[in-house]
Amino acid sequence: MDWYMVTLVGRDRPGIVARVTQALFEGGATLGEAAMMRLGGNFAVMMMVGTEGSRSDLEARLAAPAADLALHVHVDPIEGRLHEHLVPDVRIRVFGADRPGIVAQVTGALAEAGFDITDLESDVAGTAEAPVYVMTIEGQARSGIPPLEAALATVRGQGIEAELEPVETLVG
Amino acid sequence: MAVLDILTYPDPRLRQVSAPVERFDAELHRFLDDLEETRRAGPAAVGIAAPQVGRFQRIVIVDVSGLRKPVPNHGHLVLINPEILSWEGLAVGREGCLSVPDYTGNVVRAERIRLQAQDPDGQLHTWDMEGFEARAVQHEIDHLDGLLFLDRLVSRRNDLFRRKVYRKSRRD
Repeated sequence: MDWYMVTLVGRDRPGIVARVTQALFEGGATLGEAAMMRLGGNFAVMMMVGTEGSRSDLEARLAAPAADLALHVHVDPIEGRLHEHLVPDVRIRVFGADRPGIVAQVTGALAEAGFDITDLESDVAGTAEAPVYVMTIEGQARSGIPPLEAALATVRGQGIEAELEPVETLVG
Repeated sequence: MAVLDILTYPDPRLRQVSAPVERFDAELHRFLDDLEETRRAGPAAVGIAAPQVGRFQRIVIVDVSGLRKPVPNHGHLVLINPEILSWEGLAVGREGCLSVPDYTGNVVRAERIRLQAQDPDGQLHTWDMEGFEARAVQHEIDHLDGLLFLDRLVSRRNDLFRRKVYRKSRRD
């Protein structure tokens, strides 16, 4: 079986997930890990799709729902590897008055401190006049936590709050 | 002593409600040795419940004394017929399970519990516990009632500031 990363983006409306996944199911494809969410009035789908068929078969299967729902489709061959989750050991929360560059500044400092991001989500809250940027990042501290604390200390201030919390995953 | 086989989801036996222990005899003690050996044999489990190895009795072992970052704990606990008498506060934490390989997720648990259980000789004890240890006990007791952490998963998006708000209110 070959794996593809399929991304679909379009104006949000009810039924996108159902329609797209039904078309894939009917085409004999299987889904792997996926993330789908509403972002700024759009709906974005990122999903691993496995199929015995060709890439053009897959694209053909997606053509009808994509046209009906006005979705942009992108299909990339990938090396699909399931059952290889990285368990994050740190969660970082960042928030503050929105301004350009928050994500670049924070993730740049963290990357230098040995942080490997496994998951990032961010949102703009507040109002149009006073937007607030809110971001949570999970990942692995490859060089331990002290360098990350030092990195966050450099980005704090100027209205940004950044807090690190170790994540101890309970296995029982 | 022996390392026992772990049942993994979707084995329907994990959904079974376990029966109280009535006989505190040498056979029970031999089983407890095997259960402990099984807990230690796997990937660093802080707890294990008897139904995870196919024995449907109300028996769990919890030991959070060996974490990288120490947490309040009562050492190695063998809990027979455990009951949570009261609980307080809620916290989100990340959990995984020997019976659910390669998946971790966020779960809401009580922050503090008062626990009653019998020891391997049938003597009744009561503990007040908090945090990670309380979480581990709740995770294991769930197994005795046929529940898995999958039954209690919450979305990360609901998780943002719960713990921080809680900590602040304690300091104030």
